[in-house]
Amino acid sequence: MTRNRQWIVLTLALILLGGLIFTYKVVRLGFPAWPDELSDQWLIQARLDVRPIEGPARLSLMLPARSSGFMVSKENFISRGFGLTIEEDPFRRQADWAIRRLPEDRALYYRATVIGDTRDRRFATKPDFPDPPRLEEPFASALHDFIEEVRAESADIESFAAEVLDRLRDDSQDENVRLFLSDTDNKLERAELAQTLLAGARIPTLLVHGILLQNDASSVPIETLLAVHDGDDWMIFDPVTGHRGKPDNFLIWYRGDDQLATVEGARLHDVQLSVKRKVISSLDLAKQRTELLGSAIGGLSILQLPIQTQSVYEVLLLVPFGILVIVVLRNFVGVSSFGTFAPVLIALAFRETELLKGILLFVLIVSLGLVFRFYLERLRMLLVPRLAAVVTIVVLLMTAISILSDRMGAETGLSVSLFPMVIISMVIERMSIVWEERGAGTAIREGFGSLAIAALTYLVMTIDMLAYWVTVFPEVNLVVLGLIIALGRYTGMRLSEMLRFRALAAAGDKP
Amino acid sequence: MILGRAAKLRRAGVLGINRRNSAFTLKYNQRRFYPLVDDKVLCKHRLQEHGLAVPELIAVIRYNSQVAHLDELLGDHDEFVVKPAHGSGGNGILVITDRRQDYFVDSDGKPVQKADLAHYLTNVTGGLYSLGGQPDVAMIETLVHFDPQFANLTYHGVPDIRMIVFKGYPVMAMTRLPTRLSHGKANLHQGAIGAGIDLGSGITFGGVSGNNLVTVHPDTGTEIAGFEVPHWSRIMLMAAQCYEAVGLGYLGVDIVLDRDLGPLILELNARPGLNIQLANRRGLRNRLDAIEALGDTHDNAEQRVAWSVQAFAENEADL
Repeated sequence: MTRNRQWIVLTLALILLGGLIFTYKVVRLGFPAWPDELSDQWLIQARLDVRPIEGPARLSLMLPARSSGFMVSKENFISRGFGLTIEEDPFRRQADWAIRRLPEDRALYYRATVIGDTRDRRFATKPDFPDPPRLEEPFASALHDFIEEVRAESADIESFAAEVLDRLRDDSQDENVRLFLSDTDNKLERAELAQTLLAGARIPTLLVHGILLQNDASSVPIETLLAVHDGDDWMIFDPVTGHRGKPDNFLIWYRGDDQLATVEGARLHDVQLSVKRKVISSLDLAKQRTELLGSAIGGLSILQLPIQTQSVYEVLLLVPFGILVIVVLRNFVGVSSFGTFAPVLIALAFRETELLKGILLFVLIVSLGLVFRFYLERLRMLLVPRLAAVVTIVVLLMTAISILSDRMGAETGLSVSLFPMVIISMVIERMSIVWEERGAGTAIREGFGSLAIAALTYLVMTIDMLAYWVTVFPEVNLVVLGLIIALGRYTGMRLSEMLRFRALAAAGDKP
Repeated sequence: MILGRAAKLRRAGVLGINRRNSAFTLKYNQRRFYPLVDDKVLCKHRLQEHGLAVPELIAVIRYNSQVAHLDELLGDHDEFVVKPAHGSGGNGILVITDRRQDYFVDSDGKPVQKADLAHYLTNVTGGLYSLGGQPDVAMIETLVHFDPQFANLTYHGVPDIRMIVFKGYPVMAMTRLPTRLSHGKANLHQGAIGAGIDLGSGITFGGVSGNNLVTVHPDTGTEIAGFEVPHWSRIMLMAAQCYEAVGLGYLGVDIVLDRDLGPLILELNARPGLNIQLANRRGLRNRLDAIEALGDTHDNAEQRVAWSVQAFAENEADL
């Protein structure tokens, strides 16, 4: 591969990799792309009130099983004294309680925390074709006529099912329909009727029971939807409205013809489902989800680290952004500063002091340091001891500023301790050399140049969104790396050179 | 506007720092050859081995303890130049023009106490002027007495000639004339005047000071354009031969003209500046591209010089 192609491939690969991990985390794991996003989490509860009869009692409760849209993040059972077993297969979960003797009225609870899930999961296994229902007259012939009519007006299984549900209206004038409807008075029975009618055409169906997760409710009804298999996949219909598709906030609790709860050897007085909504930060939610899924990529954030380490990395991971700014300023704009990356370190110190106060403190320390440096020059000290003396003086100055400002009750003076003292000493040393060789004007100008770069870097590194991104999505630094490599082969003119060579531009006037 | 300016500069063939670095110095200058030019002591030896004339080395001061024996090291030299072996951009050069009983005199005529000189030398060995601040060595070499023909074109310091040599072919040349503003130093960014030189005839074009056109030397009032640099063909040949000496494809060669010794190579530069374009009022790129486009390059320095003269000369060749 040529150098150029390698460069392009590497750049694109890095940017793409960073972007892909980012997208995966946002789309699949639900990490919020922007800070402060909120999400819903639902606390659901099933309460079973049982009353004793005699002898051993057995209870079973359907539990929310795997499905699209939601996932159970935590669950627990409150059923002291009962033996509990959970039967489980991919599409069905059931809790079985047993007790040798039920002495008194008891309430059993199942509680779960449910969070949104973006994965599309298989709804159920592929079913067999159902046998046609054996009905008595006049239902049998009504069914036959009904199916013939619907078949004439539909093209495929989907439109057939939709047509069936559309005809099952309360105000229908069709005699066959009225005959069937006479037996139904709730949603469940409506769904069962549709099931029977569709079985007449040998279309597989499945009842889907669940609840709507809306606002807090101490008692939510269990609702039934109808799933129809079109040969490839399941489609969900509302048996009453004929509306196609599962409502987004519908939590599928269980599938099939079973009851939600069944009891033997005791009396089931009441089953109550309740829902409580809890608003939490999307980030917390994504963390829960990542843990549940055991996603390795989701673990690619510093949120799993100990808090103290996290705060260190929050800063470190911002450094590439600061350095990107320096790359642009140096290779595109052509600004010069004391030390290549010294402004980044100064900018990091500004994070603690705030910009204006930071600049003031920096100017204060550098100017005082320069005064001492000029004095040391007169003593004719050797280079390394002189540098060491400057570092020591800088440390003492910082201490003095902290103590003085503390006495005066100003807190910002304290944060001066975070200034990179060695870097400042080097700035002082180099500034004094430029001062002597090229005059005070150049030295002060370059000094302020460094300060301006530091300030700009600081402004970039304090963008809240960036701080959030590097913490939650450290992979954005791969994109930064890609950009830096991309910029690394910019061979065009720098802005400063446009000025420097402006006299030569005239020669290029005519193409 | 910015894009328009960029397009114009591109058409004018102006070379920018980014491109110089990526397409020339990084590509044609191998790292392992850098010490040959970055260490001026090494460079001097190397050039002498190749029979190229350089200012004579008087002493090399590596340790601070040697400073105490300064008198012995200097011998009977009353005038000399102190340079950091790893200095850059003309920083850290001290020119001593006379020696009295117990003090020296610098190029501005100011007295320099022996103790001052000693401190200066320890600063140099401490690495004050070296790239990156590593410990350095101080090099003391003979003072060049510049050719009197330059007398009216300079203020105090020594004017020199900078030539860009690409793959051994002279590409562009200028002379750098010290001014009062540059404190006698031949550095353009310190205020010296740069004047382009025609590669064929060795005759100067007009000068530039900073970014401004100048026609006369501000301190002497002498016309800058039309000056014929003496020994031009030898200068061209010496510059071209530096390629064999240090192996760097993209090279800046600094040459001074000594009254008695003729052209001497002062130093080489692996990352020569781009101001030469301003001094010549033309960009480097077209010439560099022309050389890059050459299939077979000449092994012989004379042939390369002849090729460059033929390709780049503006006035009639006077060789």
